[in-house]
Amino acid sequence: MGSKAIIRVKDLRAGYGEDIILDHVSFNVYEGEVFVILGGSGCGKSTLLKAIIGLIEPRSGKITIDGDEVSVDDDTTLQKILRKVGVLYQGAALFGSMTIAENVALPIREYTSLPKESIDVLVKMKLGLVNLEGYENYLPSELSGGMKKRAGLARAMALNPKILFFDEPSAGLDPVTSAELDDLILYLNRSLGTTMVIVTHELQSIFAVAQRIIMLDKRAKGIIAEGNPKYLRDHSQNQFVKQFFNRQADEKGVVSRGSQ
Amino acid sequence: MSVPETPSTSRYEISENPEGGITLNIHGNMGAANAGQMIDELTALLSDYSPSSLTVDLEKVDYLDDFGTLVLAHLRKLVTNGGNGFYVINSSDKIKELLSILHFDSLDEKMSIEKKRSSGIFIRIGEATLQHISDLKYAISFIGSIILSLVHICLHPRSLRTDDTIRYMQRVGVDGLPIVALISFLMGLIMAFMSSVQLEQFGANIYVASLVSLAMTRELGPIMTAIIVAGRSGSAFAAEIGTMKISEEVDALFTMGFNPVMFLVVPKLVAAAVMVPILTLFSDLFAIMGGLVVGVFMLDLTAGAYMSQTIKTLELFDVFWGVLKGGVFGVLITWIGCFRGFQVRGGAASVGQATTSAVVSSIFLIIMCDSVFSVILRYWG
Repeated sequence: MGSKAIIRVKDLRAGYGEDIILDHVSFNVYEGEVFVILGGSGCGKSTLLKAIIGLIEPRSGKITIDGDEVSVDDDTTLQKILRKVGVLYQGAALFGSMTIAENVALPIREYTSLPKESIDVLVKMKLGLVNLEGYENYLPSELSGGMKKRAGLARAMALNPKILFFDEPSAGLDPVTSAELDDLILYLNRSLGTTMVIVTHELQSIFAVAQRIIMLDKRAKGIIAEGNPKYLRDHSQNQFVKQFFNRQADEKGVVSRGSQ
Repeated sequence: MSVPETPSTSRYEISENPEGGITLNIHGNMGAANAGQMIDELTALLSDYSPSSLTVDLEKVDYLDDFGTLVLAHLRKLVTNGGNGFYVINSSDKIKELLSILHFDSLDEKMSIEKKRSSGIFIRIGEATLQHISDLKYAISFIGSIILSLVHICLHPRSLRTDDTIRYMQRVGVDGLPIVALISFLMGLIMAFMSSVQLEQFGANIYVASLVSLAMTRELGPIMTAIIVAGRSGSAFAAEIGTMKISEEVDALFTMGFNPVMFLVVPKLVAAAVMVPILTLFSDLFAIMGGLVVGVFMLDLTAGAYMSQTIKTLELFDVFWGVLKGGVFGVLITWIGCFRGFQVRGGAASVGQATTSAVVSSIFLIIMCDSVFSVILRYWG
């Protein structure tokens, strides 16, 4: 694991309208690590991700990526930051009017001076990495959910960014595809040194890929646990953390109360 | 190895060996930031030599990714075009793994992406015809399901979604009123102004009132209102239903046991059928006001004279006829808008197409329908 903090979040407060969803959130992500943000539904995982990549403006606090402060207003810096970042969205967010190859080629064509034939080869390599050879001319609507996700990943890593963000990568995938995606994440992390920031609540995936996690909680509006997932599972004193990692329902839950 | 900071330029060292081959030492990064530049530089550099073989030494390379692999493949292509040898030496285990995963050895063979070949003209004409026939079938069955839903509502009035209907009434009618009023007012103004130029020559200024009121209530009022509603609401209906279609909301309605037509179309249809006639009335009123302004301020007519001429000209039937047309246009706009919405397949671009074609088809149908009305009136009235 690299020692340099590539993402620094300090005293972040974010929310929508009147609701404050995250408050006093501070953490670092170090270069080259696989970092997982997890927590129950509605705890602000996606909000945190959006704040980090500059899609929403936090109420207060400071976020820096690779030394540059993320600010919605400072377009030049934001552009510089965004070049170092790739995002795989929950629904893959492929452009429906373009083929898979065109989707992946789009950033390469825009930001490099490579000739068209070379871009074609690159696109083939990228799609090969995510096991989608032969689907170059398909439209996103002709692909299954898992294939779309993989194509979305190929596009996110088109320019080999320093940091890849994943919003619920396993959502809607079968266990086999999900495991393949995990392997791919680990492989990219190992071979290219890409820092991975993953938002998920898929337990198996967390144990498979995460080197370090933070857990957010709705009631605490912030981080309730930080560290290695296996260690936390076995040693955490926090009730919610234990429940989460051992997949137990709330004791006050409807089902358990009904069965008593 | 980590992703490089900035587009650092790479350095090259070339040494010739006795057998006529050359060895290329690459220093630095081989990544996305400098791949294009490297290809250009290396092509220029190697054009001075015509080596029997090329050995690329990667010992000093700090970072290599698929862009770097591409550079290597390009180098290989440069020398092996003449049937010469190409070797990569001193690559680290990581680079070896990457090269094998990217199938570096067979990279040239699968160079370009073949585009899907488009089929011949006859096949395309045939496909388009079949598509239109199936569209027509769908359009007719769509009318059928609307009628069935309306019959159902007549028999069970409580199954109408009243809240939705009122909401759409507000969107179609109340929210559309300012623009309808403004455009009609200006239309009345323009018509009065244009006709006065001619009528003034005969001292027939007072007939400006007749012309404006008759033309607006019978023809232009309903048409202008319908075109505005098609642009505002017909497009909105198509976009709304189209987006719901894409996000599987229509499927969700269906599996929950709702009839999508009943749920989505009927409230809009009722709202438009009620509100477009009312908007038409407002349109008539504002057009007459527009004419009145011209009459009073430019033609030296008194407001009283203008109004009494208007009342003398207009029969109740004229107003009724215009309002009836408005109602029919409202139904047409909703039908086309919703129909195009339900036809959406695929992604965002399809929603755009549906919206465009909803507006274009409604305007076409409005004009068509209006000419049918004129013919009916000619032979019946």
